[in-house]
Amino acid sequence: MVEYVWPSKEDSSVLGKSIDKIDGVPKCTGTAKYSYDINPDKVAIARALGCPHAHAKLKSLDLSKAEKVPGVVAVSAMKKVGDEIQWQGDLIAVVVGDTEGAVAEGLDAVLAEYEQLDVFVEDANLEAAEAAGRTAKAGGKVQLEKEPEGDDPDFEEKELARLFKESAAVVEGRYGIAAITHMCLEPHGSTCEWKDGKLTAHLSTQNVSGTAGQFAAPLKVTADDVTVHCDYIGGGFGSKFAVDRWDSLAAQLSKDLGRPVRLMLDRDLELKNGGARPSGYAESKVGADKDGVIKVWDTHFWSAGGFGGAPVNQSVIPYVIVPPNYRRRGTNVKINTAPVRAWRAPNHPQGCAMTQTAIDDIAAKLGLDSYDVFERNLVNVEDKDRRGVYAEEMKIAAKLIDWKAKWHPHGKGDKKGSVVSGLGMALHTWGGGGHPSTCMVKIHPDGGVETFIGSQDLGTGTRTVIAIVLAETFGLPVEAIKVNIGSSKYPASGPSGGSTTVGGVSESSRHAGLDALVQLNEKVASKLGVPAESLVAKGGRIHAKDDAEKGLSWKEACSLLGMSPLEVTSKGAPGRNSKLSSSGVGGVQMAEVEVDRETGQVKMKKFVTVQDMGLVVNHKTAVSQIYGAMVMGVAYALFEERLMDPRTGAFLNSEIADYRLPRLGDIGEFVVEIYEPESERARGVIGLGEPPVIGPGAAISNAVANALGVRVPVLPLTPKRVLDSLQLAARNA
Amino acid sequence: MKAFEYASPRTEREVLELLAADRGHTEVLAGGTDLIGLMKKMIVKPDRVVSLNRVESLKTIDANSTAVHVGAMVTLEDLADNPICEFYPAIRQAIGEMASQQLRAQGTVGGELCQRPRCWFFRDKRGLLAERGRAVEEGDNRFHAIFGNSGLAKFASPSRLAPALIALDARVRILGPNPGDETLMPLEVFYRTPKSEREREHSLEPNQFVSQVILPHPEGRVSASYEVRHGMGPEYPLVAAAASVLVTGGIVREARIVLGQVAPTPWISREAIDAIVGLPINYETAEAAGRAAVSVASPLSHNEYKVQLAKVAVKRALLKAAGLETGGLS
Repeated sequence: MVEYVWPSKEDSSVLGKSIDKIDGVPKCTGTAKYSYDINPDKVAIARALGCPHAHAKLKSLDLSKAEKVPGVVAVSAMKKVGDEIQWQGDLIAVVVGDTEGAVAEGLDAVLAEYEQLDVFVEDANLEAAEAAGRTAKAGGKVQLEKEPEGDDPDFEEKELARLFKESAAVVEGRYGIAAITHMCLEPHGSTCEWKDGKLTAHLSTQNVSGTAGQFAAPLKVTADDVTVHCDYIGGGFGSKFAVDRWDSLAAQLSKDLGRPVRLMLDRDLELKNGGARPSGYAESKVGADKDGVIKVWDTHFWSAGGFGGAPVNQSVIPYVIVPPNYRRRGTNVKINTAPVRAWRAPNHPQGCAMTQTAIDDIAAKLGLDSYDVFERNLVNVEDKDRRGVYAEEMKIAAKLIDWKAKWHPHGKGDKKGSVVSGLGMALHTWGGGGHPSTCMVKIHPDGGVETFIGSQDLGTGTRTVIAIVLAETFGLPVEAIKVNIGSSKYPASGPSGGSTTVGGVSESSRHAGLDALVQLNEKVASKLGVPAESLVAKGGRIHAKDDAEKGLSWKEACSLLGMSPLEVTSKGAPGRNSKLSSSGVGGVQMAEVEVDRETGQVKMKKFVTVQDMGLVVNHKTAVSQIYGAMVMGVAYALFEERLMDPRTGAFLNSEIADYRLPRLGDIGEFVVEIYEPESERARGVIGLGEPPVIGPGAAISNAVANALGVRVPVLPLTPKRVLDSLQLAARNA
Repeated sequence: MKAFEYASPRTEREVLELLAADRGHTEVLAGGTDLIGLMKKMIVKPDRVVSLNRVESLKTIDANSTAVHVGAMVTLEDLADNPICEFYPAIRQAIGEMASQQLRAQGTVGGELCQRPRCWFFRDKRGLLAERGRAVEEGDNRFHAIFGNSGLAKFASPSRLAPALIALDARVRILGPNPGDETLMPLEVFYRTPKSEREREHSLEPNQFVSQVILPHPEGRVSASYEVRHGMGPEYPLVAAAASVLVTGGIVREARIVLGQVAPTPWISREAIDAIVGLPINYETAEAAGRAAVSVASPLSHNEYKVQLAKVAVKRALLKAAGLETGGLS
């Protein structure tokens, strides 16, 4: 009977160590082939035409001129006359040609006429949205400790009023976080090759195992006729789970033309169609006792999911710190933008930014240290088991940023000319349980080991994780494991979303590896004349646990397999009973900033993340992923946002040149600490991809508020927003 | 981009022979960091692109006793690295602020001065004047002009080098329309605010090009550039200012103060100049010059913050020119 567990920390030779990515060299040297790089013989280039208007009806579409452009081989409409277009850049037609130049001229020759309709894109402006009839009720919830007596219809209002009246401090404010795009460095799209009734789709995807069927149906074939292939993906962040309509069209065009077709969105259309994170805005009233412990919370929030997309989910308000009495009411603002897509930790960054800022404002109002207020509010953390973990993580983070020495009350720090500094923090949580995954391990008689999983690497190290798990299991070096992922023909594995991949592939790889080892051990045992249970695989050998001399080298052991390789396929068993993986992580982030009061510029000085994630498989890539999340967090806290023109609905900054992102010089010093005491390690592998991107918005906003003594309510904190807030505060003072 | 004819002449004369008299048919290619993007977006669709890259006479920097002649095809990096910049710190500082090594190494002096505005309505194919000014006036104008914006043009002049060069009293040499034709004009005159879509933001005819920038000897003037940027990336500064001052006996005798990114042309601030001439440069007088500069500002609906930034940029450029602490983030 195999026991599916991990070795102890002391017994691990590669598990939990810092291991270089096994595909790091091809990625760094450019030999790694992304979907955009796939360049088969006679490939036709396809590009799409976007609608120039944000809301319009297509009145006429004439493709005949485009079809006549030399070098154009096909033109295909993606909308029909009479269709209503709901955002600027929605795809109207696709032109296919032999060269980029021919396609560009073909696109220029597509004649489309539109009837323009009313436009609304001002998601921050609830009053304007209501006036334009662009709002709809979203979810809500009321939770009060006290039961209503009788059937008083006004009980809710009266009880909330009473709780606020009894509060030692009440903060009322507006908070918000702008929409951002996914800005995948590699845009959405595919290179499709139809040949002999079968399709090979090189799709930039987070979901190789789940997309073959989506290609198949419109082509009138079945999923077995489709291979989806993706060795490397240049960014997905939650926006690349499905076969998009332009991918289906590329496949159809390849079938029709009898040659490969590559259709990747250009940057402008990528930003307009490829996904965005919904905005979130909140009007909140928060009541706390004299120590800053929050007793009552009332929020009306609104959010824009784009045309047909889901706005921020109510469940994240308030966030992590949930007082015993709260009310939340939501409104969906309907704007003329493409539907949003899942963005790294969907809902959580917005929930955190909209509510943990108000907690910090309670600290400011009471003149208390924000750290103390957050610590006292750990009693309001819903999951009681996590309170102590947060408390420990806060202590570590505070030490790393030197919180106590640097702290000053809000707006009361030393000034260096016009420059002030401040500290801020935030807490976050996430699930991260493993997804269903199937792993096939093949051990060859010559000792070679290869493994096949229909998973994908988002750039964060999936291959290396699989190699580490099997290397640990077989007692081999990491490079001895040949990892194959990125094809729909491999055993099915889940989509890489929700930080589920590391848990999923660790489960299935460990299961398959241990199952294979049992079979190999039986052969070794009979050869050596020892019980199979007494054998261990370590240091490139299989030997008796208490007598290392009594054993065989890995190669000798494998030679006992005879002529055929040993193949074992296994699904892991993630879930409640698994000792290999679980779910539920948390972390603390603390930021130190400097702000120039004259220019509104904010500079990151130091940024600390303390994160738990159960058992660490690869320390190096775990830390690296946290760094990445912190950069992305600095980006949406200080720089990036989707800017929509209020009059025309045009997406104004849909080019990299205009879409602001931080550079190395903007991020300051990063410090990462993974919190992995035995109590956490014993929980097994838990995903980490998303959690550290949740808190930066609130932590950095709180640091700026601490520096200035003024809340800049909406992220990102641009010089314009900082100066506008300072001016408003001066006017009100 | 659409297919085009590519010409790579060797001499200034050949360049002029290849340029068409009608606007839109030909474009001059220098470093290409702006033109290629404009062509890819089909904002400009030339039939012929005339590259200056092989015209060696445009790549030299020559100094004599009265002036320095900088060829239009000198790269920004090469200009900043040239020892003559010891005398023109405003130039070296302006180029030093231009993030991305690629832009500095590939971008040229002439190209930097002739790049098209970053106005997002222009780049969304709504015209240089953006629907006769309406798109800017009623739309999101956070990066647009706060000075000189009462006409139809409300974009912000994008050049990061021009404020420094104008502060230093630079002239440009323009060749064409015919071989042998040559015009010298102060750089401040080169720029103009277009009044119709037929005009451009400078006074070049389609069959002319900038061949040289001529810098007079500084004769004791000190200079500086100061940019207010949102981050360290290659995005354009929010506001920039350059100052060149002649100080004797601790008193400013002459000054040229020029703002960038604030008007359809580089903006010479007479008000700031008047405020500082006759006084020493210190924190109070620099601040007063900044206040004077923005006394004539006319912000649009979303860019009042740029008025504050312009005030600070003038102040800090003056302090920097005088060798004093500017304050702000390090």
